This record gives sequence, structure tokens and C-alpha cells, in this order.
Amino acid sequence: MSLLRFLIQNHSQVLELTLEHLWLVGISTIFAMLIGIPLGIVIAHRTAWNKPVLATANIIQTIPALALFGFLLPLPWLGARSDRLAILALTLYALLPIIRNTYAGIHGVDAAVIEAGRGMGMTESQLLYQVELPLAASVILSGVRIAVVISVGLATIAAAIGAGGLGEFIFRGLAMVDDRVILAGAIPAAILALLADFTVGWAERRLRPR
Amino acid sequence: MIEFRDVSYCIGTTQVLMNLSLRVARGETLVLLGRSGSGKTTTLKLVNRLVSPTSGAILVNGSRNDHGDVIRLRRGIGYVIQEAGLFPHFTVAKNIGLVPKLEGWEERRIRARTEELLQIVGLEAGLAGRYPHQLSGGQRQRVGVARALAADPEILLMDEPFAALDPLTRDELQREFLLLQQRLHKTVVFVTHDLREALRLGSRIALMEAGKLVTLLSPQEFVKSDDPWASAYVRAFGGALDPVPNRGTS
Repeated sequence: MSLLRFLIQNHSQVLELTLEHLWLVGISTIFAMLIGIPLGIVIAHRTAWNKPVLATANIIQTIPALALFGFLLPLPWLGARSDRLAILALTLYALLPIIRNTYAGIHGVDAAVIEAGRGMGMTESQLLYQVELPLAASVILSGVRIAVVISVGLATIAAAIGAGGLGEFIFRGLAMVDDRVILAGAIPAAILALLADFTVGWAERRLRPR
Repeated sequence: MIEFRDVSYCIGTTQVLMNLSLRVARGETLVLLGRSGSGKTTTLKLVNRLVSPTSGAILVNGSRNDHGDVIRLRRGIGYVIQEAGLFPHFTVAKNIGLVPKLEGWEERRIRARTEELLQIVGLEAGLAGRYPHQLSGGQRQRVGVARALAADPEILLMDEPFAALDPLTRDELQREFLLLQQRLHKTVVFVTHDLREALRLGSRIALMEAGKLVTLLSPQEFVKSDDPWASAYVRAFGGALDPVPNRGTS
């Protein structure tokens, strides 16, 4: 119960860090979608590009988070503020699942359906917006869901470079050797991850073609 | 009217189609008969430019089909494929109304046309709100035909439309196709590997083998032909053939 007391006593800070955490995850996911979905669409249509693009995203994914923050630190403008840096790193991590699922979703649309549409005189953009994207939407969203859940976890590490978020509590608790403080960061982060998973998962089911 | 003028099509060094010359008259049903890989589907796709020839020209209604806008060309040609190729996320009504919608018809006109087409292809009006996966194979294929007819094109391309259906449903759809064709007089190019279907539906049969047009015969001529490929076909179907119906009295 001492954890509960800690949370209540520090509720304004818990709230502030949770919002900061959400902001880091939210902004980086939006950036990753803005970059990853168009890239996924492009590589689904120009299959020659899919290997290099997916390989690059894969390599980024294998860089340990702390190391990536370190690598990005010397960048001009971005390196100047730790939250920019954290958003860039989280965006990079979120790219792989989004690109891969967009590619898989569009690639998985029945070729006969596409050809029927093309044969009836749909333009390429009509095919994309009226056929490919609606049919791929649930697969793309499941990529977004994976990206969000990964980001919620990874964003805790952003505190190591001073970007804020619930990682603040975790690192502080580690330094103080105080479980309550660690859990005050870890539990809200876990709840955030579950909530995000649930919300995006719900949207994904809504969009699944019947 | 469709005309192929010395059309060849190669993929790399593979000759898919060799020096094809062929005329499809207005209002006739030309059946392209042949084995898989004989080039019959490629021939069909050359008409609506899903495939572009390596050499030669294709004329649709008197003008080369590669001169105008490809989208215009395709919207004026109905296209029916095996398993219908319906959009799974569109209702039956939306599938049928696709080309009219692309052409910018008013909602009311699209709705009226959709209802009319459902009736023409023998589907209940109540099916309009269903999704393709809620239909039987035969119903889906009817929707496919309705969709192709929606903007009232003069030409209809049909790529093995009935091949995946059970024999009874196929028979029913073939019969209705004949009735429909008597009313609408579309210029139809119909691809099949089924000789019986070719004899029943075609006003002429173009037999294709290994990218070449082997012979071009009426159904009555086809069954009596001593062309080795044609007679091989007739033998393969053997006793299963119906007597060739006298066209126009069915």
C-alpha cells in the first residue's frame, strides 16, 4: 500500500510524466505513420525497393535504444533538445512494423480484385484509395498497434537523456534503490501500453474487411 | 467491333502470342478456346490494354486502342473475370454501381440502374445490401456480369466467367447468358477451355494453341472440322458433347 500512498502523494507529477510519455509516443507514432505508410505503399508497388527499405528499417530496429540515443546526440538542432531526440529515436523504431505491415497489407490484396478494378477503368489513385488502402487498413493498423506498444516501453528509456516521461520515475527509483518509485513509473507505463493496445486493436477490428 | 492486326506479344524471349489477326464483328460472341498458356487470356487483355502488344495493333470500334485515353477505353468495355473479382468491401449495389460512380452519375440514376441490372441478371433486389462473401458462387458471378454491364458498354470481355461454378449453376448461367445476349447484342469476347461452353455460347470459335490462332470456325463447322487441333478437342470431349444447338431458336 505504500506504492499507492506514493502515487497519491505525487499524483500531479505522475500525471505530468504520464502526459509527457503519451506525447512522446503519440508524436513519434504520427511521424512514423506519415513516413512509414507512404513508404510501405511505394515498396508494395515497386517491389525492387522493398528489400533495401525493409533491411534499413530492420537494422534500425536492432540498434539498442540507449546506443541510438547516443548516436543521435551530436545531430544539429535535434541534439539540442532531448525531447526532439527522443521523438526521432522513437519514430525510427516505430517505422519497421508500420512499413512492413503496410507492405504486407497492400501486397496481400487479391490480385484478381486489383485487375478487375483496373480493367474497369479505375485510375491508379482510385485503386489505391478505394481498394488497396481500405482492404489493407486492418493490417496497417495492426502494424501501428505493434509500433505503439513498443514505443510505450521504449519511451521509458528516453528519460536517460532527460526527455522526461515515466522513465524518470524508473531511473530515479533505480538510483534510490526504491521499488515504489520504480513501480510508480513502470505501472502507469504498462497501463498505457495495454490501453493503447486495446484502443488501436478495437479500431483494427472495426476496419477488418468482412 | 474489334480487330487484331498482326499482333504479337513477347515476355522477354518467350512468344506468348504470334502474329494474331482476327476480327470480332459487332454483336457476335467470339469464343477464344484453348488450353492454359495458349494465349487466350492475353488476347482478351490486349483489348482493354491490360496488356500492350509487342508489335501490331488492336482496333476497337475502328480506332487503335493505344491512341486514346486508356481509362476512357476501359470504361467503355465491360470486363468479367473468373470468381467475378468483386470488391469484398463493397456491397453488391456498390460493386454494380462502380463504373457509373466513377463516371460521375447522380446517386439516383446509379440506384435505378443497379435495380434494373439486378433484375436483368436474375437477382433479387434484396441482395443489393449484401457483401460478396454472403453470396453463392453463382450469385457472385451474376453480380460480376451486372457490374460489367452497368455503364452499358458495347463490348464485353469475359475471362472464364463460369469456370469455377458447379455444373448445374454453370448450365443455368450459360442459358441466361444466351437469353441476355439475344436482348442486348453486345460484342462479346469469351475465353474458355471448355469446348461444350464454346459450342453453346459462341457464334464463332477461335481455337488457340501455343500463342497462335489455329482455326476460326462456327460451332457447326467446328464439330465437323478435320483440323487436327479441332478434332483433338472434339475427341477429348467425346460423347459428352451435346448436339450443337441451332442458334437463335434456343
